[in-house]
Formats: sequence, C-alpha cells, structure tokens
Amino acid sequence: MSALHTRLDPSSEEFAGRRAAMLDRLTELETEHAKALAGGGEKYVERHRGRGKLPARERVELLLDPDTPFLELSPLAGWGSDYTVGGSLVAGIGVVAGVECLVTANDPTVRGGASNPWTLRKALRANEIAYENRLPCISLVESGGADLPSQKEVFIPGGALFRDITRLSEAGIPTVAVVFGNSTAGGAYIPGMSDHVIMVKERSKVFLGGPPLVKEATGEDADEEELGGAEMHATTSGLADYLALDEEDALRTARRVIARLNWRKADEGPRVGAVVRDPLYPEEDLLGVVPEDLKVPFDPREVIARLVDASEFDEFKPRYGPSLVTGWAKLHGYPLGILANAQGVLFSEEAQKAAQFIQLANQRDVPLLFLHNTTGYMVGTEYEQGGIVKHGSMMINAVSNSKVPHLSVLVGASYGAGHYGMCGRAYNPRFLFAWPSAKSAVMGPQQLAGVLSRVMRQSAAAKGRPFDEEADAGLRAMVEEQVESESLPMFLSGRLYDDGVIDPRDTRTVLGLCLSAIHTAPVQGARGGFGIFRM
Amino acid sequence: MITSVLVANRGEIARRVFRTCRELGLATVAVHSDADAEALHVRGADAAVRLPGTAPADTYLRRDLLVKAALDAGADAVHPGYGFLSENADFARAVIEAGLVWIGPPPEAIEAMAFKTRAKELMRAAGVPLLEPVPAGEADAGRLPLLVKASAGGGGRGMRVVRRLADLPDEIAAAQSEAAGAFGDGEVFVEPYLERARHVEVQVLADGEGTVWVLGTRDCSLQRRHQKVVEEAPAPGLDEERTEALHRAAEEAARAVGYRSAGTVEFLVPTGDGGPYFLEMNTRLQVEHPVTECVHRVDLVAEQVRIAEGRSLDAAGPPPAQGHAVEARLYAEDPARGWQPQTGEVLHLNVPDATEGTGGHRHPDASTPVLPWRVGEHSGLRLDTGVTAGSEIGTAYDPMLAKVIAWAPERRDAVRLLADALARARIHGPATNRELLVRSLRHPEFTSGAFDTGFYERHLASLTEELVGAREDRRTAALAAALADAAARTGAPEGPGRPPAVRIGGWRNVPSQPQVKTYRAEPAGEEPEEVEVRYRLTRQGLLADAHPAVRLLSAAPDGVCLELDGVRREFAVARYGERIHVDSAAGSYAFTALPRLPEPEPERRPGSLVAPMPGTVVRVADGLVVGDRVAAGQPLLWLEAMKMEHEVAAPVSGVLTVLDVEPGRQVEMGAVLAVVDE
Repeated sequence: MSALHTRLDPSSEEFAGRRAAMLDRLTELETEHAKALAGGGEKYVERHRGRGKLPARERVELLLDPDTPFLELSPLAGWGSDYTVGGSLVAGIGVVAGVECLVTANDPTVRGGASNPWTLRKALRANEIAYENRLPCISLVESGGADLPSQKEVFIPGGALFRDITRLSEAGIPTVAVVFGNSTAGGAYIPGMSDHVIMVKERSKVFLGGPPLVKEATGEDADEEELGGAEMHATTSGLADYLALDEEDALRTARRVIARLNWRKADEGPRVGAVVRDPLYPEEDLLGVVPEDLKVPFDPREVIARLVDASEFDEFKPRYGPSLVTGWAKLHGYPLGILANAQGVLFSEEAQKAAQFIQLANQRDVPLLFLHNTTGYMVGTEYEQGGIVKHGSMMINAVSNSKVPHLSVLVGASYGAGHYGMCGRAYNPRFLFAWPSAKSAVMGPQQLAGVLSRVMRQSAAAKGRPFDEEADAGLRAMVEEQVESESLPMFLSGRLYDDGVIDPRDTRTVLGLCLSAIHTAPVQGARGGFGIFRM
Repeated sequence: MITSVLVANRGEIARRVFRTCRELGLATVAVHSDADAEALHVRGADAAVRLPGTAPADTYLRRDLLVKAALDAGADAVHPGYGFLSENADFARAVIEAGLVWIGPPPEAIEAMAFKTRAKELMRAAGVPLLEPVPAGEADAGRLPLLVKASAGGGGRGMRVVRRLADLPDEIAAAQSEAAGAFGDGEVFVEPYLERARHVEVQVLADGEGTVWVLGTRDCSLQRRHQKVVEEAPAPGLDEERTEALHRAAEEAARAVGYRSAGTVEFLVPTGDGGPYFLEMNTRLQVEHPVTECVHRVDLVAEQVRIAEGRSLDAAGPPPAQGHAVEARLYAEDPARGWQPQTGEVLHLNVPDATEGTGGHRHPDASTPVLPWRVGEHSGLRLDTGVTAGSEIGTAYDPMLAKVIAWAPERRDAVRLLADALARARIHGPATNRELLVRSLRHPEFTSGAFDTGFYERHLASLTEELVGAREDRRTAALAAALADAAARTGAPEGPGRPPAVRIGGWRNVPSQPQVKTYRAEPAGEEPEEVEVRYRLTRQGLLADAHPAVRLLSAAPDGVCLELDGVRREFAVARYGERIHVDSAAGSYAFTALPRLPEPEPERRPGSLVAPMPGTVVRVADGLVVGDRVAAGQPLLWLEAMKMEHEVAAPVSGVLTVLDVEPGRQVEMGAVLAVVDE
C-alpha cells in the first residue's frame, strides 16, 4: 500500500486565498439551498401547519431512521428559472427501517405542490437513480397535479412518471406511496401504480375527477370523501392498503411496510468486520486545493489523499500519460478505481491509459470515480496526426460501454469532449456532483469568446469588411460573461445536469453514501462488450 | 453435627445464610415458589425444592412442604431466615419433630414473644420497662396519638397511627383485617404513640446454657410506614447510662424466656427524658443484622449454627465493638409517590467496591479472623442482595433489592462512605429509593445523629423535592442518552438492516432540522417529564439546542463524555430496549425512549378505573353492582400489591356501567377495572 504524501501547505497565502474564495462560494450555495428549504415561504408554510400538516422535509425526517444520513438530490432544481428553487419536490436517499430508499416528497407549500417542468425532471431523475441502484421508492404525495400554466411542458413528458413506477415494480423494486393530501387526476396514478399505498384519514384525496369535474361530466353531485377519501379507498375501492389516522401514523405505517419488504442489498457492505480508516489528511484542506483561476493546474492527488481510506492509493501507469492520474483505492471500505485529470489536457497517452484502466475495472467489477479538471483533448497538427480523435474515441467508447457504476465529481474545469471522456452527465454516471469551483461548457468562456471573435474577424476579412474592434471587445465580453454564468455549477445544477453542488469537505461522505446505495444492486463490469476500439 | 442446611426462605436472606454455610462447609438446600424458580438464591444452592404456587400462603408459609423438602433433599437442619415462618413456633416444632435441627430459638421462647400483648406481660414481670397498652375502652382524646399494632405482627405490618379518636374503630378494623391476612391472626392492641422517639434495639446471642452475649445497640429510627430504611450500630448519641439500661433490659428479656440463638430486643427511646421502653423481642435474625456483624466482627449466622449444634458461647463475652456500621435498604419503591412499590425486571445492579458478606466472622475457635468481605483497616462496603440482572420484582414478595452496609472507624466516615457508594451504584430497572437514601444519609439531622422515628414525616417532602438544577442536569443526561444512541447506531456492524451508509450518522448536505429524540423521565416527586433533545453533529462538533455551552468530547454506545462549561463530565449509558439509564456524578437518571411515531392509542372510555399497579383485587365495595350510582372519590375496590392495600376510587360521579373484577383476580397495571359513566 502506498499512502499519498501531501505538498499542500495550509499555512500558505495561496492556500488561504483559495480557501477564502471557496468559502465565499459555499456561502452563496447555502443561500440558494435556503431558498429550497423555505419552500413556498413562511406564509404558506404556516398555513400548511395550521391545517395540522407537516412540511415536506419534516415528513422525510420523521420517515428516516434517527441518526442516519440523508443525501438530498437536485436541491437546486429550477435554479435560474422562474420557478422556486428546489422544484417543489424533496428527493434524496435515506435509510428507512434499515433499508436505503429513494424518498421523494412534494412540497405542498409551493403552489400546492404542483409539478412544474423542473419538478418533473427532478422526479424522473430520482426514478432513474432508484431503478439503476435498485432502491425501494417511497413517495410522500401531496400535489395538486400539473402546474397548469406550464402544462405544455409537463403533460406529455410527465407520463413517464407513472410508467417509471410500474417499471420499478416490474424490476422487483418496491414502490410505496403515502398520500397526505391531494393526489388527483393524473396524480391518482401514483398510488394506483405503487406496490403499497397508505392514505391518511380525512386528508387523502385520490380521484380521477373532483366534484366540479364530475358535475361537469355527468351531472352527479359527488361528495369529496365519497369520491376519493382515504376511508372510502381503504374500505370500498381497495386502492388504499392502509388507513392511517394521521400523518405520523402514515409515516409509521410506511416504515412498517419497508421493514417487511424482506429487502436485501446485493452487497451488504465491504467485508464484514473490516476497519474503515479515515484519510490521513483533514477534509478541511479540500477548501484550499482548487485555484480560483482554473487555468492554474493542481495535483488531483491532493484531493484523492483526502477522499480515500487511509489516503492509500495504488497508482496505475504513473509514468505514462501523466496528465491523467489513474489508480486503485478504497472509499468507506468499497474498492474504487479513480481517474483524475492532472494537467487539464488529455493527450493520446492519457486517453489510451484511461481506456485500459476502465477495461480493467470492468474485469474486476470495481466501480469508477472520475474527478474532473479537464480542458479537453489536445488540439494541433501533431496531435491530430498522432490520432487524438481515435484515442479520445477509445476513451469515450470505454466510458460509454463500461458496466461498473461510475461516479463523477466536477472539481474544476470540465470542458469539451473531456467532459464526455470523463463520464459527463450524458454518459450516465450513477451520480454526478459538482464542487462550487467547477465549470462546465464546450470550452472555457475566454476561449469560446476568443474563438468566436477570431471566426468573425476571419469572416470580415473574407468579405473585405472592416473589423469593428470596439464592437468585438464588447461582444467578447458579453459572450464571455454569458458562457461563464452558464458554466457555473448552480446554473448546471438548476438544469439537473448534476445531482447537486456539494461542499468539497463533504465529498468523501457523499461518495460513501453513493457507493453504499450503488451496492444495493449487483456490481458487475462488462466482460468484453465494448464497441470497436479504433486502434 | 449439621451437614446440610435448608433455608426456609428466599432472596437475600437465603443467600446470606448460604454464604455462611459455605464457609462452614455445610451443604445448602433452597426452596422456591414458582415465581422464584430462577431466583438467585436457588441458583446458588446445592439443591433446591419447588414449592408449587406463588402466594406465600401456598409456598414459603407451608410448614408441611418445607419439612418435607428438608427431608427429601437430605438436609439435617433448617434455618428460617427472617419473615415468613421465622417466628412460627409450630414450624420450629414441626422441624424438631421431624428429627431436624432447628437453627433458631426454642419454640417456647418464640411463643412467649410471639404475641406482643403476652410478651409485654412477661417483660413487665421481669422488670423490663415498657409502654402500657391502652385498653380499647379507655382510649380518649387525652391519650392521643395512639398506635394500633397487630399482636402477632412484625415488620410494621398491621401497624397504624391514630391521631383522631373517631378514626380508631376503623383503623382497628383495618389493622385486624391486614393482620389476619398477613399473620393469620387478627388480634390487635393499642398503645401510646411516641411522636419523638428513637427505635433502638439490642442484638443478643444466647447459648441456652447461661451465657448471653449482648452485641450492642442498633438504631433503626429511619423508618417509613414503620418499616426500617436505614439502620446503624452502635446507636449514636446514647449516653452510657441509657446504653447500660438497654443492654441490661435486653439481657433480662433473653433470660426471662430461656432464650437460645440470635434475637433482638426492640425499644423505644424518647428523644427527651424517659425510657427506654420495651417494644418487643424478635426471636430471629433481623434484616439489619449485618451492622452488628460489622462492628463486632461476628458472623451471627455462624453463631446460630454453632449454638444449634449445642456449642456454648465464650463466657468472656463477644468481641468488642469496633467502629461504626450503617446499612441502607434499597427498595424498588417510589418514596415521593406514597412509597408505591415498583415492579419490573432488575436490569443491572452494581455497587462499586462492595462485596457480599457474612459479617467477617471471628469466632474464638478460629485462629485468624476471616474477612471474606472488604472490611479494611479503614473502611469497607458490604452488599447483601438476592437479585441480579434478570430478576423480576413482582408483587408477591417484598420489594427490597439489596442492603448496602458501610463500616468505618467513625460514624461520619461510615455514613459518608455509604452515601457515596449508593450514589455511585448503577441500579437499572424499577425505580428505587436510592436517591432518598443518599439524601437522607447526607441530611444534617441524620449526620448529626439527632434524629428520631419522625424523620421522614418531617423531611420526606424536602428529601424528595427536586434539587436546584436537577431539571437542567436531567436534560443533559438525556442529551448524553441521545448521543450514545447515535453512537450505537453509527457503530453497529454492517449487515442486513444496517447498510454501510449508516456509519455516516445523521449527516445532511442540505440541513433543515436537527435530530429530535424524546425521552420520558419520571423524576421522583415530579410529574413525568418529556425531554426533547434536539441536536446535530456537524463538522464543527455538537450543536444541541438549549445546550450552547456543551462540547462533545467522545460518544460510545455505553458512555458519553461532555464538556459542560469547561468541565469534563462522564455519563455512563445503558440501554435496555426502550429503557435507558444514565449514571453520572451529578446523578442517575432513567428514561424511556419515546417512539417518534407512536401507535395511535386505543381509545379509553372516560370514567375508566385503571389499575394503578399490578396486583390482586382483594375486595369490591359491599354490594356494588353495575347500575349503581357512585360519587367521585368513592372507593369502589381495593387492590393488594406488595403487601399494601390500594384503594381504587370512582374518578367521576355517575353510574357504574362496567365492573370487570372479582376478588382474587390478578390485574396488570393499566387494566380497566370498571367504568363510571357521568
């Protein structure tokens, strides 16, 4: 075993500067998270409580086992949109009656818990996570259905939500719906499609059409309780399996349902009795690793040394393709292969090394972690002639067809095809998180603005027009600013391009939770099974 | 020569006698009721004989079964312990007639002292000073207060103080009924009640051949409901003259009845002038005998055995008294709630540095003193108990858990040592009187030695009221319980039901609220309190609502170390299901972890009468039937639990609609016994 050494000097000015910048970004992040926590605001939260109802997060907290973690997913959904941060939905992975579950809860204080486009994308992402990792699903339902003003974006794709529930069920992944309030029209299919349904006396309302709609459609004067009340469903329609007396009783019942699932993880944990050792270096140091200016490279081993058990890392091919660090480690006891960018640029050697390393991990059934800080694959005549496209493709081929679970953390830059090769969002890592220092785009904002300017200058020259330097400077600045803002993690997180922006100090914890969740499903790599590697 | 001893008793006294038997090389035979089948006294014996049933009348009071048990098990002697048949002359006779050795006084001596009225006559004739009984017809207001006592009684049972003349007939009737139930004899008598007096007794040992050892005095004034709680030897603050008078009277009493074996002569000593007055003679070993053993370094049980074998006492007298010994009786009871007996399983009982003892006997025949328990040169602690983890404290027998005895050269050291030992003891299970004992032992009136039998009447309220800061300490203890619980969950081994994620603890990437745990505390003398603990374990350490100055130094499932205002404090935590005990230098706390999501309670009809404790229905109000109109507070039925009768009264005025009891029925705590509809 080789424990990593550190060259980081927490007393240096450089470190202090990086740390201060990171803390500022964390403060901003906290401000944005606070918006999600506030939901519909004090007034609506109070009104909700006044009805004797618990806010979504309190429902979740009561559902979870005490003193167990909850990894909230996509908390910034909808950031930068017209909708409330958080997508009027709480989603996350937590432990219920000793079982890791994917828990979602509508936030009824945000426009009655109605689903807007971001709610939908967040819910679909949650279902995807549950499906891939075989996590039992618990939905704490209280939603007025689709957000009508945005129905055009919600209605058609929203059908996938109900399809997902039954597909989960088909795959043997338990689904539990606890209906706290409205779950009407399309929402009625949430309990309808679920394996287990709990309704709350005098609170749950589950029907395809409410009294006004029924009156309109058939002229019948229907009573709401008769039409879709919990007691009716528990005694007459049979849609409810359990009738809870109140919200607490419903949550208690949900916990009993989970306790009786006879649920077993494919892998109960890393080697019974194994001692998990903490890294040798403090997690606090992670605040001072990444430079403010992403053009300045940093050694990803400083990050790895603060993530993996006992800081032990057996590097693979350390002298070949040194711009990509690869190697084996354990994290919270789980074996892990790590790929981390060192100098930003990926050359042919790095790409080939990555392809080989990914194949090895697949043969050994070892999950992979990608630590992003890449500006992309190298450009230039020498490199094109050297086959950089072929080699980059090999790496992307390997990443695409790899069957072991992938985890991605955007630590610094994640630009261009490098983002793909390092298992960006489109390459379906099981989980993808970003540090506040991360940026992701087709290329760096300055480069992008520069390229744009150069193309325009060439175009002007070709047409023999004079080039307006002043206008160009203005345009460059504007483009740079726009790309910069659209490369930032909160923006990307708002669009569900990651599963959350995390405090660098939480990275080991987050990855440990992900690995624990991932091992609910069997971990098996590809044996062969890759596309044609263009040699 | 005796080779094998049957102890016709249970619990700590059976074990106490067995210990001496072991030291003397005697085989041991236990008897047990069905409730005691797994009791500690049974497990430690060489052989055990079952007495079918649970009620004392079916088991430990069955002379025939006990004699048969001794014969069946090959015992050649019987020791009766205390209580049960220890002062039953017929039993002594039956044992002797069966050809067994009776380790106790002659049946005639027992008989002579059995009935207090007769004993008094005998003592008056022998010139022993006493309080003259008040004939029933002569009781008048001027002679109040009066004490009604069962003639055949002992241990305070059937004893009632009367302060209003009008109450006398009822109290006599109640005492008669209680005495008839407890002793099979309803005879009671009335005597003056001394408000301010001390209960002082003298231990005697007599060999029946003319030698009577007087082993000094014991003060047993700290009593609750006429049952002793704290005893010590020698009685403090008695001048030589009174001590001499007591010794003389005791010896005279023993000689007057031709006594043999160990016995105790009890006296009342007024705090002012007068006395001592003879009360009664207990013709058996007493609960509090260990204090005398400690002071005199005599094994009273061993002496009883030797005397039973016909050996004589050294005419030179007993070993001289050395130092001072204090005993506290640890009961499963709630002093603040009318001494209500508590039931349940003993989960843990440990008194640090205390060892079980036989008194550290030194017999003239023995060349070296045998000190099997730790009586050092400076001090020692002894623990006599019949229970251990797993023992069930039920309603059938006495709720005493243990006796803790401290010896030291001086009284103040012994008292301090005992208080500290009790305070440090880890006692998990039913609520006990431990805190009361500690506070009693530290009360200035007790430490000064100027106390009397009215101690608890005067001080119970202040001794059971919450101390300043107790609430805060309790909340801190609850926090420790919550943190130990978190550590237990986080550190549990991985496997089904415990995914590896759990090791990370209550972490949140988007924290919205703290961990919340609720505990119910049942502090003595206070209403049950729900303590809500709200905390988060963050990168910065513990953040606990309402505990801004607390730092968490370490947490493990069995102990938490907190820094409180700069001072490091250890909290030992033990969890048994939902029951949690926290022991710290500041105090000991019991909590019940309340479920976060409780099951909805079954609706109980208003006006329900609920059994306040497990017990047996002894009687229903005369002529009471469903449909009767009853008034709020009207007693409807009586439960017996722990030898006490508890009245169950109508909670509201109205019509009795349900009456679901009959005498003799066992009921669980919380059982609905009757319903009154308003």
